Amino acid sequence: MFTLEARTLPSVRAMWLAPLAALLLTLLGGSVLFAAFGHAPLQALSVYFLQPLASVYGIGEWLLKATPLAVCGLGLALGFRAKVWNIGADGQFTLGAICAGGLAIACDGFIDAESLWIAPAMALAGIAGGMMWAALPAWLRTRYGSSEILSSLMLAYVAPLLLGWLVNGPWRDPAGFNFPQSIQFADAALLAPLHEGARVTLAFPVALVLAGLLCFVQRYTYAGFRLQVSGEAPLAARHAGYSQRAAVWIAMLTGGACAGFAGYAEVAGPLGQLQPSVSPGYGFTAIIVAFVGRLDPRGVVLAALLLSLLALGGEAAQMTLDLPAAISGVFQGGLLCALLACDTFVHYRLRRVYRKPAAHTS
Amino acid sequence: MFSPRRRQLLQFAAATPLAAAFASVPRPARAAFPKPELPLKVGYVYVSPIGDAGWTYQHDLGRKAVEASFGDKVMIKVIESVSEGADAERVIREFASSGYGLVFATSFGYMNPLLRVAKQFPKGIFEHATGYRQAPNVGIYAARYYEARYLTGILAGRMSKSGVAGYVAAFPIPEVVMGINAFMLGMKSVNPQAQVKVIWVNAWFDPGKEREAAATLVAQGADVLTQHTDSTAVVQTAEDKGAYAIGYHSDMSKYGPKAHLSAATHHWEGYYRRVVQQVLDGSWAPDNVWGGIKDGMVGLAPLHPAVPAEVGALVATKKQDIIDGRLLPFQGPLFDQAGRQVIGAGAKLTDDELLKMNYYVEGVVGQMPK
Repeated sequence: MFTLEARTLPSVRAMWLAPLAALLLTLLGGSVLFAAFGHAPLQALSVYFLQPLASVYGIGEWLLKATPLAVCGLGLALGFRAKVWNIGADGQFTLGAICAGGLAIACDGFIDAESLWIAPAMALAGIAGGMMWAALPAWLRTRYGSSEILSSLMLAYVAPLLLGWLVNGPWRDPAGFNFPQSIQFADAALLAPLHEGARVTLAFPVALVLAGLLCFVQRYTYAGFRLQVSGEAPLAARHAGYSQRAAVWIAMLTGGACAGFAGYAEVAGPLGQLQPSVSPGYGFTAIIVAFVGRLDPRGVVLAALLLSLLALGGEAAQMTLDLPAAISGVFQGGLLCALLACDTFVHYRLRRVYRKPAAHTS
Repeated sequence: MFSPRRRQLLQFAAATPLAAAFASVPRPARAAFPKPELPLKVGYVYVSPIGDAGWTYQHDLGRKAVEASFGDKVMIKVIESVSEGADAERVIREFASSGYGLVFATSFGYMNPLLRVAKQFPKGIFEHATGYRQAPNVGIYAARYYEARYLTGILAGRMSKSGVAGYVAAFPIPEVVMGINAFMLGMKSVNPQAQVKVIWVNAWFDPGKEREAAATLVAQGADVLTQHTDSTAVVQTAEDKGAYAIGYHSDMSKYGPKAHLSAATHHWEGYYRRVVQQVLDGSWAPDNVWGGIKDGMVGLAPLHPAVPAEVGALVATKKQDIIDGRLLPFQGPLFDQAGRQVIGAGAKLTDDELLKMNYYVEGVVGQMPK
């Protein structure tokens, strides 16, 4: 018999070994899966992990797809550390896209190549939009004590309806034959690619800077400390006079601001216009990203890169190996399960038990 | 990965012929696309999983037909479940840059990404379903689904006892509205008192909502149900409730053995074979195709044995009339829901008018969401 026993301190060794063990498990599991579908495991794995990154364009796509996941995940991780459960980043992302896109549409007539102000203005509009959408659950929680899990999730379903109404109505492209989509933004309103021929924009370096900033806040600032205490020991936090309300507001608004910025970067980057759906679920995937990254900003960036690579690998597997998308889904799910399962050993150790533990009656 | 709304904007047919308005497309010089090296690599981009029935399933039947007809002259790959955002451009570009000479993109939302890729790969040939923008190397195609809708309306009108049909619809875009109106006009042609009640579910694929809407329609007196959504839930609900059902996209008879009278079906086999043949011959040029029953792009699933022979004969006659051009579903005199005359006797709606349709015809109950 084995039993899991909590460690008094997280094991540093396990912290490094866990992802490696997870990777090994996945490679083994994946090999079996691919072999079952008649592919040489090594070739299949190289299609999955190497082929997408074989060109400059591929690397650009990898970073491009990781950007919204990383930015949303960073904001969420900060909140999750404080045990504020913002599930609605997808809605905040959409609101960011709406506000930034709305500004681009409103200014379309009078911006030209010289209008350098439009990009930062749109970014701010996006951030404000995301914060506004996150402020609603924060207010409901602090004023009425309602669960932010439910209200933020519900608002994630309201945001696309608002966007749908806008692109079906007032913001519909007048030259677009009644199709629900906006005009394409002027060039000045778009984020230029970092590298000729690739699509990744300035938003990716911004995500890296943001990760550094959040690392600093978490480690070296009083605000970061207070957030963490109110998450891990609410009673101690209250005793110390740290405001629970402030923690909720900071966590929600940071999450909203990040998601809103990501929404801006998506419409000003690869999309270039508003359409009825701007997010294929980035805000929800970002929850996975935050936890796979162990709620640490550096980990979140790595997790976003991993999930992005898995998505690209899934496409490559369909194209090169004729594997259906569902098999890629199984492989991705396997990797995530392995990662989270191996992480258990950071906080727990496996112990051999020689006798059956006495039955507890309580 | 999570993707709760992957399936939005699935099939905006519509607006195809309007591309004439974008007449800046230069006519390509002859042999702009010389005969390709064999095998011709062909890529298909789908918006949803292939599944067992529905929009993408019908396109995949077309893909299989190409494979069967051309054997090793073609090499086909499929990427399914590609969302209509940033991912689409990467997938299409991936095909183009890996030597795929022909790419079919089968969802409206791929339009702008596809055009961007097409510009970067002028030697590649691209075909886009249900969009409205062409380019020297981009052709567009869609089908006149409303012709089959009209015929299923006749069927519903003759089979319904209450004279009320229920219609579960996704989004009020012209393609969907056109289908509702054609169905209504078909029903009315055999029962002047007929009504069609519509419930909008604001989703292309949401079996739960579709089922609920179908049950509501039955409770409101509808005894024939049909849908312009992408699941089989409405047919299954009709089966459970003892109502008749008319499928869409695919023959859905196995989901409603007792209920399924027929279905308005899509057929891309002939079109895909023709395009591939043209590309192989070096004779392809960008075209704008809006084909109907006559072209084999739209059809009816086999009628249920419960349909009387006389009704079957009527439907067959009307089908032939549509093929021969003697019958146009949207023929004058045509009245809108409020009884105002849209066009007079002898007139007909033009393609442009069809593709902008945003009103119900007389007999449809309820208000269209704006």
